Amino acid sequence: MPEQMEMDADRLQPRPAGPWRLAWRQLRRHRLATWAGRVIVAMYLIMLFDGFLCPYHFDSQRRDHAYHPPSRLRFVDSDGHFHLRPFVYGSTYSFDPRTYERRWADDTSQVYPLKLLARGDSSTILLGTVTTHWHLYGVEEPGRLYLIGADYQGRDIFSRLIFAARVSLTIGLAGTAISMAIGMIIGGLSGYLGGVGDNLIQRVCELIMLIPGLYTLMILYNALPAGLSSVQVYFGVVVILAFIGWARLARVIRGMVLSIKASDYVTAARACGVSPWQIIVRHILPGTFSFAIVTASLSIPAYILGESGLSLIGMGIQDPTPSWGNMLQAAVNIAELTRHPWLLWPGAAIFVTVMAFNFLGDGVRDALDPRMRSE
Amino acid sequence: MGAYIVRRILITLVMLLAASVLGFGVMKLTPGNYFERLLLDPRVSPKTVEREIAKRGLDRPVYYQYGLWMRRLMRGDLGASFIHNRPVTDIIASRVLNTLVMNVLAIAITWLLAIPLGIYASVHQYRWSDKLLSGLSFIGMSLPGFFLALLLMWIFAGMLGILPAGGLTSIDHDQLSALGKLADYAAHLAIPVVVLAVGALASLQRITRGNMLEVLRQQYITTARAKGLPESRVIYRHALRNAINPLITIFGYEFATLFSGAALMEIILNYPGMGMLMYEAIQAKDEPMVMAGFMMGALMLLLGNLLADILLAVADPRISYQ
Repeated sequence: MPEQMEMDADRLQPRPAGPWRLAWRQLRRHRLATWAGRVIVAMYLIMLFDGFLCPYHFDSQRRDHAYHPPSRLRFVDSDGHFHLRPFVYGSTYSFDPRTYERRWADDTSQVYPLKLLARGDSSTILLGTVTTHWHLYGVEEPGRLYLIGADYQGRDIFSRLIFAARVSLTIGLAGTAISMAIGMIIGGLSGYLGGVGDNLIQRVCELIMLIPGLYTLMILYNALPAGLSSVQVYFGVVVILAFIGWARLARVIRGMVLSIKASDYVTAARACGVSPWQIIVRHILPGTFSFAIVTASLSIPAYILGESGLSLIGMGIQDPTPSWGNMLQAAVNIAELTRHPWLLWPGAAIFVTVMAFNFLGDGVRDALDPRMRSE
Repeated sequence: MGAYIVRRILITLVMLLAASVLGFGVMKLTPGNYFERLLLDPRVSPKTVEREIAKRGLDRPVYYQYGLWMRRLMRGDLGASFIHNRPVTDIIASRVLNTLVMNVLAIAITWLLAIPLGIYASVHQYRWSDKLLSGLSFIGMSLPGFFLALLLMWIFAGMLGILPAGGLTSIDHDQLSALGKLADYAAHLAIPVVVLAVGALASLQRITRGNMLEVLRQQYITTARAKGLPESRVIYRHALRNAINPLITIFGYEFATLFSGAALMEIILNYPGMGMLMYEAIQAKDEPMVMAGFMMGALMLLLGNLLADILLAVADPRISYQ
C-alpha cells in the first residue's frame, strides 16, 4: 500500500506555514511591537467600557469646582485614624485677596469613602450602544473624585480623557479604512486601465498631493454645514482627513498593479474570460495587501495627529464632546496651564497612543517585508 | 537637462492652474461670504453690505468670480484683503519673513545636527550610544509637535518664567536697543524652533543612519578599507557621498513646506506668520487672502519637488533626465 504510506508521511511532516502565519511569528518576535500591541489592545478595551471605567459622564459639570485640583486619596484621617477603605475629603475654596486665584482646601468634616461599583451618572459603554448607571468606582454625591483634576467647567478630566478615546482611537481606523478603500480602488483601476484613464487619475493624485494640506483641511472644515451633531462632525472630519490621504496610497498601489498585471496568472485569467472587475478585485488587489496593511498601520498615527491638531485649533470635534485635541485647547492659555498643569494630560495620551501605533507599525512592516525576515 | 527643466516648469504651470480651480471650488463650498457675516453687526447697514458685495462681484456665479480673480492675477494683482482692506501682497510681505526666519532656523538646526548624529549612530551601530539615539528618535517621532510646544511653554514660560509665552515680540520691544531687540526675537523663537527641529531631527537622523548602514555594507567600502585608506576618509568621502543622495528629496520637501509647514505651531503659539494669517483668513472667509496663501503653498510644493529632482541629478551622475 504505497499510497497509504505516502499519506502517512504527509501527515508526519509539519504543514508548511503560510505567509500570514510566518508574518505573525515574525511580529511576535519583535519585542517592542508586541508590547505596543498589548498597550493598544488595552486601550481599545478601556475605550469599549469607557462609561463604566470612569467615575462620571463626560459632561457632568460642577461649576463651583472649576479647575479643581486632583483629589488626594487618603487612608489616614485628620484625627490620625487609619481607614482600610480609602476616602477623599470634600473641598472648599477661598479667593486669594491679591491675585483672585482660587485657593483650594480640604474640608475635613466631609468624608467620602471610595466605593467600588458605585451608582452614578448615566453613561454609555460599547461605543454608545449600552447605557449604564454603574461605575467601577466613585464617591457618594456631593463628594467628587478628580483623579487628575477638573477643567474650567468643573468636569472630571480623567473621565473626559477616557471618553475621548472613542474619537482618537476610532478616527485612525476609520480614516485609514476610507482612504485605503478609495486608494486601492482608484489605484487599482488606474494601473489596470492604463492609457488616458491612468494618466488622468495620476494627474488628479498629483494635484491632491500638491495642495497645502493643513490649509485644505481648514477650508474643508469650514465648508461643513452649521448645526451638525457631534457624530456628524466626527464623520465630516474623517472624510476630510481621508480626502487628503488617499492620493499617495493610490499612486503606490498603481505601481504595484502595473507589475502584477504583467504576470502570467493575470494573463491566464484574462484568457479565461474573467471580467476586468473580477480580475482587479480577485487577482490583482490581493497581491497588494501586504503593502496596504503596512501602509495602513503606519498611517494610523497621522490620522490621530490630524484629528487632534484640527480639534486643538477649534476646527474639529467640538465641546462638550471630548477629544484629546479639543481638551488640549484649554492648555493653549499658558497662564491657565501654569496654574493647572493637569490640563496637559490629553497631550500625554496622544503621545502614548501615537508611539504605540508607531512601534506596532514598525513591527508589522518588518514582519510583512520578506527581506527583513530573520529565519 | 535644460529641456527637462522647461518641460517641468510648463507642467508646473498647468498644475498650478488646476490647483487654483480646486482651491477656489473648495473655498466656495463654504456658504455665505465675508460681507454677509457683517450683517450680524447692527451698526452695518444692509445697503453698505450689498454695495460691497456687488463691488467685488460676490453676487455673480462662481465661474465668473474665478475668471475675475484669474484676470487680476494675470496682471499681478492678488486683490485686497476683505478684513484688512489692504492689498494681499502687502499683508503677506509683512508676515512672510517671520515664518521664513522660524522655518529656516529650524531646518538649519535639524540638518546640522541630524547628519552628524546619523553618521555617528551608523558607525557605532548597536553600541549603547546608537541605542540611546534610536530611543530618543522614536520618542521624538511620536511626540506631537503641539504637545511638545505646550510642554516647553509650561516649563520655560510658565514655571521658570525665563522665556516669553508665545508671540514674536514683547510689549516693550520698541523701546529696546538693537541688541535687546535681537535677544527679544531669539527668546520668542526659541520654543517654536526647537519644537520644529526636534520632530524633523528625529526622523532625519534615523534616515541618515539607515542610508549610511546600507552604503557601508557595499563592496566598494570594503575595497576602500582594503586599500588602507584611513577610516575617516572611507566614511566621509566614500560612504557619506552616496548615503546623502536620498536625503535631497527630503530637503526639497522641507523647502516646499517653508511657508505652510509650521502653521499649527504658529496658531498655538500665537506667532504672527503665514499660518496664523491663513487661519484667520479661512475662518473669516477672506477670499483673496485664502487664495493667495493657498496658491503660495502649492507653488512652493511644486518648486520644492522640482528643486529636489534637479539637485538629485546634479549630485548623482547615475540619474539623468532626457
